[in-house]
Formats: sequence, structure tokens, C-alpha cells
Amino acid sequence: MSLKEETEALRRIPLFQNLDPAKLKLLAFMSQRLTFEPGQAVFAQGDPGDAAYIVLEGEAVVSIDTPNARIDIARLARNEIVGEIAILCDVPRTAHVTAAGDKPLICLKIEKNDFIGMLTEFPNMAVEIMRELARRIVNTNQQLRQAVAAKG
Amino acid sequence: MPTRSGDGLERSIYRFVVRFSLKDTIFICALVALAQVFYYISLDLPKNIMNQGIQGKGVAFPVDIAGLGLLSLDQVGYLMWLCFLFLLAVLVNGGLKQFVNSLKGKLGERLLRRLRYLLMARILRFPVAHFRKTSSGELIPMLTAEVEQIGGFMGDAFVQPLMQAGMLLTIAIFLFAQNPIMGFAAISLFPIQAYIVPVLQKRVKELGKERVKTVRKISERIGETVGGIQEVRTLGTAAWERADYTERFGTVYRIRFAIYQRKSLVKFINNTLNQCAPLMFYAIGGYLVIHGSLSVGALVAALSAHKDMTAPWKELLDYYQQAQDAQQKYEQVVEQFQPDNLLPAGLHAPAEAPAKPFDGPIVANALTVQEDAQTKLLEGVSFELPLGTHVALVGPSGGGREALAMTLARLYQPTSGSLRIGSRDMAQISDADLGARMGYVGPNAYVFSASLRDNLAYGLRQRVLAPHEDAARERLLVEAARAGNLPLDVEAQWIDYAAAGAADAADFDRVATEVLAKVDLAEDVFLLGLRGQIDPVRRKNVADAILTARAAFRQRLTGAQADPALKGLVETFDPERYNDNATLGENLLFGTALDASLAGDALAAQPDFRRILDETGLGAELPIMGRKVAETMVELFADLPAGHEFFDRFSFIAADDLPAFQTVLARTVPLADGSLPADISTEDRARLASLPLKLVDARHRLGLIDKAFKERALVARKALREKLPEKLRAKIAFFDPDIYNAAASIQDNILFGRIAYGQAKAQASVGAAIREVLEALGLRERVFEIGLDFQVGVAGGRLSAPQRQKLAIARALAKRPELLVLNDAVAVLDRTGQARLLESLVAAADGTTLVWATQDTASAARFARVMVFAEGRLVQDGTYADLVARDGTLKELVAA
Repeated sequence: MSLKEETEALRRIPLFQNLDPAKLKLLAFMSQRLTFEPGQAVFAQGDPGDAAYIVLEGEAVVSIDTPNARIDIARLARNEIVGEIAILCDVPRTAHVTAAGDKPLICLKIEKNDFIGMLTEFPNMAVEIMRELARRIVNTNQQLRQAVAAKG
Repeated sequence: MPTRSGDGLERSIYRFVVRFSLKDTIFICALVALAQVFYYISLDLPKNIMNQGIQGKGVAFPVDIAGLGLLSLDQVGYLMWLCFLFLLAVLVNGGLKQFVNSLKGKLGERLLRRLRYLLMARILRFPVAHFRKTSSGELIPMLTAEVEQIGGFMGDAFVQPLMQAGMLLTIAIFLFAQNPIMGFAAISLFPIQAYIVPVLQKRVKELGKERVKTVRKISERIGETVGGIQEVRTLGTAAWERADYTERFGTVYRIRFAIYQRKSLVKFINNTLNQCAPLMFYAIGGYLVIHGSLSVGALVAALSAHKDMTAPWKELLDYYQQAQDAQQKYEQVVEQFQPDNLLPAGLHAPAEAPAKPFDGPIVANALTVQEDAQTKLLEGVSFELPLGTHVALVGPSGGGREALAMTLARLYQPTSGSLRIGSRDMAQISDADLGARMGYVGPNAYVFSASLRDNLAYGLRQRVLAPHEDAARERLLVEAARAGNLPLDVEAQWIDYAAAGAADAADFDRVATEVLAKVDLAEDVFLLGLRGQIDPVRRKNVADAILTARAAFRQRLTGAQADPALKGLVETFDPERYNDNATLGENLLFGTALDASLAGDALAAQPDFRRILDETGLGAELPIMGRKVAETMVELFADLPAGHEFFDRFSFIAADDLPAFQTVLARTVPLADGSLPADISTEDRARLASLPLKLVDARHRLGLIDKAFKERALVARKALREKLPEKLRAKIAFFDPDIYNAAASIQDNILFGRIAYGQAKAQASVGAAIREVLEALGLRERVFEIGLDFQVGVAGGRLSAPQRQKLAIARALAKRPELLVLNDAVAVLDRTGQARLLESLVAAADGTTLVWATQDTASAARFARVMVFAEGRLVQDGTYADLVARDGTLKELVAA
């Protein structure tokens, strides 16, 4: 897989979908391509959140610690992103992410500092990201309203 | 009260010279007087040669020399005899002069050496507070440039005027002997000169003083600008700084020009008057010859004698100017070295015997420390501290805890009251004795520009343990003693390894390991060792050991006992395979460039390299590839402002070169088949070809290096290996499994490959594996030793601030002090680091008196005794639990 394909993968992420392709290419170039063996941890719950990961190949499982055991709550497949919030603000990891399946997991790792560096440099990019986040708030509000209405 | 000039730094330069070179000066002066006799003869003989030898007046030939009938000469023979005598007189006079010059040169250089030494010794005795008012920018030029001019003068101080005046006097006597009127003619103009010159010179002297002051201020300012360069840049005040220098340099310019003008005026007056003097001779002497009362020979002799007179007269005047200059410079320098509260010289006497252990508790009695008349740092502090106690000093900043810590380390001297350790008054213990028994680390400890090992051993150098047995060095020390310098050999055995608990120098590394572990620095040093380089020729045994480690590491990567956790994490250098994790340049050379001509961008332009690549066909490919790289780089980075950190971290092309590459791209539009047009200049070709050499396929993922290309690269690798000229091959450390690579670090030598990009946690896993290999082979110490060789840079600049503090604490621990004073020594560390170090230090200082002055009040809970200071007074003294329960300063501090 080359830079071109990685750029393509980035473009499929909703958060990045409206960004200038040239900037996505730079983001891909600055990002690190990482291979995790099955069972290897990508990060652990409670770790400082310093990067987002985009699955390029393979599968990952998201799990959280409960007082009794660790429970799986989601699975990540190709072109899905995890930790996108972590590259925008300082939050510790809220879950474990581990390579799953029988094939190695290949991810694109976007470092928080580099991402913030790009946002500072290219305000248009920041505006696009803000727009996407605002859209999500609208959606969440709507869902909340519906949920409240359904309950009431 | 001790006299200020106790060490010989006299107020006047003449007194300084007399004090330290009276005997030599008298001897030289005697020689000068002797030389005058021969000088007189050399003046007198020409007259005889003219009158007797040539004109034959008043002599009956043959002449019986010396009247003994041994040698009888005719007129020509007699002339030759006189000429011979003349030659003899000239030679003796010249020889004596040369001898005198050499002696006074030695005298001057010795005095200069002594002066420098005295000044430096004074600096070592300055009270700590004085360094806040004096910058090194002021001190350095004084000890280097300014004294140099003074030193040149000191050799001449007495000899030069005597010599020149002696010559003048001799000539004058000679002239008077010829004819009193002629004598008067010769000296008639001197009184005028002797009056005018000092008048003019007085102003020069004042200006000179001003100049020195101004230049000193400038050095101080330069020091300040350099020290504050980050502030100047970030506050954007470069223009203001330049304006400030404009003003200062302007002042120097005006002063210097004024001095120059006055000096040249003095010269002009002198020269003019000197040139007027022969006029007197022609007029008066000519008149006398015409009237027959003076012989032509006498007139010629007088004229030539007078000509000789101008030289010493000029020298005398020069001397006068120099003397004024030197005296004034000397005074100004010495003045700067007379601070109040200079430490007693006795404290710095070199130690003769091992330091005596402390024999009783530390007792302060009404201890008061004042920085100056107004500020009291400590006031009436009394306490008794049994040896072996661990005590924390806390309180608000400036409340006295720092001052007490510094007073215990004798960085401050008590103004009144007393501080004793056992039977001895603290003020009486010599620095060397105290330094051997006490360790102090302040908040900004200094580390010296040397290796880590030398820094750790620095505190073990209080006295010479064994002299350097070398006759040549002994002679150097004799000369040093003559110049009043400390006659101790710096090359002798100073380091007291026994004091550190080590058997010898080799064993010291073990001690170093222990103390570095105590301050949490051992791991850092180990990593520095891994990153260090060694000379495999000089340290063959280490290089061989690393090669064993390389083999063992390889076993873990491949082979029967391969570690599955390491699978795919390291790509070993294999002559038959392209290494995806190394640059294309490294792949082609299959080695590391030892020389700048083959490194970086220079490689692509290297003629032999290019020729061989052209032969293999790769030469044409590289610029095409380079063009693609350049396109991508321009696309990715063109929008970023120059100087953005992304350039340094990610771009193949520096920000400054990007526009140039844009025009290169425009000039080199490829043809339809993808090849570049034929008319591209060699520079553009080399420029483009340099880019792909930096490509690491696994890292950059530009998709430019495919399988077929790799195969062609391997062919080129072989061709380069075979065809590169011998002198270039010598500049490459080739990757060879059996040879230690001098250009690579220890770690890279063990790896013998590259850590694979894109493998999660590869660095950590490989690092751990290397460590295990080294430990299994017992090589950890070896690597640690290489880490100890690490040069910390000026003021420890190559270490981080926490590393510097830890090193300083380790340096204090290495001498196993009886008293360890730590004055906010760990403040630069992060919280967990501080806590860890405190625990470790408390354990390490078992049995030692530990004084922990800290702004971190909570850490005092770890101590058996807590002393609380506020406003210079000891306000609370007891156990932490006790004091914190009671109302008082500690409770307030903890609550704050």
C-alpha cells in the first residue's frame, strides 16, 4: 500500500471527508503506518490519548474494563477510525483497543501534535473539522430529543 | 586587618615589579651600565680612526701596540687595528644589549605570568555575592587582553629607561668631551620636548582610562546579549540591541580617535624638533671647524653620535607613553580585584594531608549572615545538629533556608556569631578539607565540559596524591615557582579514588555505576553508551565484545532459538538483499560515509559515484525518481511557511531550497516516455538525483522503489564495491558482519541492520532484546563505561537540566561526604522524579549528615528533624509530626 491508498483511506473518514486532498496527503505522509500482530495492544484504557488510528487492514476489538472483567464493546474494520477525539483534546483512553482476528492489523497512526500543527497552519482545515463536529452535535441533539420524546 | 596587598597585588605597577624582581632588575641594570662603557668606546673610536688611522695626525709610525714591543704596525696596519677594536666594541656592546634584552624579556614574561596567576587566584577567592555584580564578560578580557599589554611593559619598567637614558647620557658626555658647545647644541632642544610631551600626554592618559572603562562595559553587554539571546529574539529587540551597540561603539570610536590624534601630535613635535637638531651642528660645528677649533673628524663623530641620540630619545618618549598606559591599565585591573570580604588566602592553601573527619556536632551560635549592610540573610540563628542527622530546612523563599544551606557549604561567611563543626570553627577549615568532607548541590549546579566520568571524579581532586615522575615536568614546575605560580603538577595523580571507595582508576567505573544508580541516572548513561561511538582500533577489546553481541543478537533474530517476539522487527544488512528500512544511499554504498564528500547531497554529485551509476544504468533513473520525489514534496509542503517544523521533520527538501526545486521542476518537464529531456544541466541532474538517495522505502511509502528497481540497485551496489577508487572506499565504513563499524553507534553495531518501520513497539522490543543480549554476555558494564565517556558539552549543554542536577548530586555522593547539603537540588525534576530521588538519597545518606533545604514542604515529612526559617530567623525546630500539629509557620506552609 502506498501513500495514495492511505490518502484514499483518510478521505473515507467522515471527520476528514471535506478536507482538501492535498492536505490529506500531507497528513498521510506525516502519519506512521504501523503493523500490530494479532492480540497485540494498540493502546490501553487510561493511557494518555496521543494519536488516532485508522484501520487499513485487519480487525481490532474495542473493550473496556469493568469491576469483574474486560468486556468487548465494538469491533473495528477497514477504514474505521479510533481515537479521533483524542487528537483534538486531552482525554485519557476510555477503552482498550487490541488487534483481533488471525491476520495482522495495519493502522495509520496520526499523531496528535502533528494534526494540531496542521490545523494551526491551515485554518480552512480547522473550519472543516469544526463544521463536521457541529454537524455531529446537531445529530446528537436530535437523537436526544427523539429519545426524550419517545420516553415521554 | 590584613593588608590588601598580602598576596602581592600592589597598587602601583612599579611596586609590583620591585617586589617580585628586585634582584633581577639590579643585575640587569648593572649589565646596562657596563654596556655603556663599550658604547662610549664605539662612539670615541671613529674619531681616532679618522684623525689617527686615516689622516695620520699625532701618531708616529710604526706604532707599538700596548707599548710592549710585541706588535708593531704601519699606518694601514694601525688603521686596521683601530677598525678591529671598533668592531670589538660594537660586538661587545651589541652582545650585552642582546643579553639584557633576553633577560628582561624573561623577567617581563614571568611577571605577567605571576600577575595573571594572582588575579585568577583572587577570582577564586571572590565572595559568592560578588559574582552577582561581576560578569565573566568583564573578567575575561582583563585576564587575557588587558594584562598582556601590562606584561610587555613590566620587563621594561626599570631597564628600558635606564638603558636609553644611559645611552643618551653616554652620547651627551661624548659630545661634551668633544666640545662643550657641541654638547649644548645637541641637548638644547630636549627641555622643550620634555615640557610639552607630558602636558599632551596627560589628556591621553585620561582618555585611556575612559577607553578601558567603555570597552569593559561593552564586553559586559556582549556577554549579556549572548546570554539573553533567546529573550532578544522572542521579544524582538534585535534592532534596539543594535542601536545600543551603535552608541557604544561610537563612544569607543570617539575616544580612540582622540587618543590617536594626541599621540600623533606628540610624535610630530618630537620628530620636528629632532630633525632641527642637526641644523645646530651644521651651523655651530661648521663655524668651529672653519675657525680651526674643531677637527672635521670630531664633527663627523659628533654628527653620527647625535644621529644615534634620536633613537634612544624616541625610545624614551615611547617608554613614557607606554608607562603611562600600563600604569593606568594596571591600576584599573587591580581595582576590580579588590572586592570587600575577599576570602582569606589561607583557605585555598593546597592540602598536604588527608582531610580530618568531622569530630562533633554542627553548632551554630547566634549566626548572622549579611549580604550587604541592608540585607540580613540569617539573623541570630542557633542550633545544634548531631552528625548523622537528616534534617529538612523549609520556609518561604528568601526566608533563610537557602542562606543556611549555603553557609553550611561556606558559600556565605558568617558576619557575626559562629558556626562550628566539632572542635573546629567552620571559618578555619580550608576549602580543600571542607570540600573533601562535604558535598553541596544547589538548584542550578554546574557541570564541567568533560566526560561524565571526569565530572564524577572532579570532586575528588583536593590534593596531589602522587607526583608525576617526570624530570621535564619537574623543570616546568621550578619555572612556575619562580613566577609565583602554584608549583603543583596538574598532570599528577590528584583524584583520590580511595575517598570514593574505589581501588584505582579502573575500579572507579564501578563506583560511578553505583552512584549514578542512586541518582536515577544509570539508565540514561547506559543509553548514552549505546548511542556512543568508539574507535575500534584503540579499543579493540570493546569492539570485539560488541561483535560477539552482534552475533548473539543475530541468533535471537534467526536460527533455532529465534525469539518470535522479534520477528520482523529488525532488517539485517545483507549484501545480497535490498534493505527496505535503510535509505537508497545506504543501500547503494552498503556502508556509512565517514567523510562529508560522500554524505548527504554531496554523494549524488560525487564524480566517481555518478560514473559507476551511469554505467549500471541507474544513473539515468535517479533524476527521474528525484523529479517525482520533488513533485510530491512541492505538492505537500509548498503551502507551509518557511521555517515550519514540518520541513525539518518530514521534508526531503529544506524550506529555503523549495523555490529552487520548483524552478528545476519547471525546467525539466519529462518527455512522453517518462524520460527527462537531454538538455538538462548537470547541476539540475545532480540536484534531482540527490533526493531519492534519502528515500527509505518502508518509511516514506512513496511507491517509487519496486522490486525490479531494487534488483538494479543491488547490481549497482556490487559495481560500486568493485569500481570505486581506493581512496573513496577508505572513506566508507562498509556493512560487514565481521567488522566493527567505526561510524556507527554501539547499538547500530549490535543491530547490524535497521529497526523495521511500521512495526508497533519495535523500538522498545528491540531495545529490550539488545539489553538482554548485553546482560547475558556480561557487557552491560562495557556499554556503561562508554556512556561514562560521554562528553557533556560546555556547562553540560548536551545533558537535560534534570540530568545535570542528577550528575551534580552523583558527583557529591561519589566522594562519600560526611555532610551532604542539598539546596533545592531536585527542583527541576518532575514530581515523581523528585519523590524517587528523595527516597534513594535518604537511603544513600544513611549515617551521613543530610541537610535538605527545599521549597517542597511536604518532602520534609521524610526527615527526622525539620527546621523552619522565616525572615532570616529559625522559627521552628522539631519533628515534622510535632510541628505540623501545632499552630505556626510549618502548618501554614503545608496548608498553603
